Amino acid sequence: MAAGKKALVDPIFDNNPIALQVLGICSALAVTISMSNTLVMCAAVIFVTTLSNVAVSLVRNHVPTNIRIIVQMTIIASLVIVVDQVLQALVYDISKRLSVFVGLIITNCIVLGRAEAFAMQNPPGLSALDGLGNALGYSVILLLVAVFREPIGTGAIMGFELFKTVNNGGWYVPNGMMLLSPSAFFIIGLLIWALREWKPSQAEEPEYEIASNLQYREAY
Amino acid sequence: MPVGPREGIKNILVVSVIVCLLCSIVVSFTAVSLKPRQDINKELDRKQNILRAAGLLPAGETTDAQGRGAAELFESFEVRAVDLQTGEFTSDVDPESYDQIRAARFPESSRDLSPEEDIATLGRRENIGLAYFKRNAAGELERLVIPVRGYGLWGTLFGFLAINSDLMTSVGLSFYSHKETPGLGGEVDNASWKASWDGVMLFDEAGEPAVRLVKTRSDSEYEIDALSGATLTTRGVENLIAFWTGELGYGPMLARLKPAGEQQAS
Repeated sequence: MAAGKKALVDPIFDNNPIALQVLGICSALAVTISMSNTLVMCAAVIFVTTLSNVAVSLVRNHVPTNIRIIVQMTIIASLVIVVDQVLQALVYDISKRLSVFVGLIITNCIVLGRAEAFAMQNPPGLSALDGLGNALGYSVILLLVAVFREPIGTGAIMGFELFKTVNNGGWYVPNGMMLLSPSAFFIIGLLIWALREWKPSQAEEPEYEIASNLQYREAY
Repeated sequence: MPVGPREGIKNILVVSVIVCLLCSIVVSFTAVSLKPRQDINKELDRKQNILRAAGLLPAGETTDAQGRGAAELFESFEVRAVDLQTGEFTSDVDPESYDQIRAARFPESSRDLSPEEDIATLGRRENIGLAYFKRNAAGELERLVIPVRGYGLWGTLFGFLAINSDLMTSVGLSFYSHKETPGLGGEVDNASWKASWDGVMLFDEAGEPAVRLVKTRSDSEYEIDALSGATLTTRGVENLIAFWTGELGYGPMLARLKPAGEQQAS
């Protein structure tokens, strides 16, 4: 039971796939422009990671080591196509906006990483919890990024107006940079900083120390 | 590593075949069973874009002020396939299922554009285009909507241009897909800029496309405000309008519709 709880809860803050392992950054930059996109993307990743972990775990004792990665990729790719098809049928607007990024869940390092590192060694139940936990860890970061990006970039969140923008006769000049990918880098960087202040054990040892300045004269 | 029965070539083949079979069954089952709903969505999406360009559907909404949905509003539209070379209506393709952007990719259904002709940077132009006619209860033409597309700064802008019943002035322009910079070129989605397309003269006295996107507007009815900070997007929009209303676009069809008015269209 304790192992199950650890598998589920650990990846959310203590071993977060984005903040600590720095995986899955690509989609975190791309889909966090709007909250509704982010929610759908998170649901898709939760579905794929959980089920792929279960499926890989079920076949783990039968798969020859030589082709294990191919088998994992086939399972993951199939699940992603299923998700893509369902999105196109149910929420066409959002699936159009997410465009290639649903398909790119296949290459999301978190999914394959968990399948290879965890599901290949653990029973299906525990693997499901691990997949769910990692996907939740991914989702927490994505939602936090979107919470900042959408209001600052557009003045509204999920269609609800927070600041009245200049274009609509208000006072707020939207920060267009927040709608471009680099802004997510800044926000994720700040989140990692905040997380490591909160849990200092996550901070890495510095690789080198800056030597003290021995030349006591002005540079000119 | 010891080569047990699990690592043997036989097991590799068996496992790969079983995994592939199971996965393809799951994938094809979902794809086939969801296809009808996806087709409905795509069709609805296209209709909404046409209605938005024609000003019948507010941007971002799925119903108009009276609560009518896209399918209902679209009933007053008639879709015709047009031979873009001659401007005549053609029955070579089924307007319901014809995809003109796809047609532009194949040599047998499109023509090459020379660099001088290709002001909108399309590469190829399809032979047959679609046009959407909106008529009132008496059967008179109210709006004509034509698809337009062309290269902006980062990619191709896809949209619809709505033309008034005089076939001279525009009613609206709306892009449903583009990759322009948010806040600069992306302002092609700006509602107040789009509203400025209402009532603009598309053609000069000689019938040539004449819309200009300019920094400082004079009183000319051919002019529209350029998008500030987005010179290349602005140029792209100007060029794509000129292309699709011109000789290589829907120009021949518009010329045919004009003198005899309604007779030829119906």
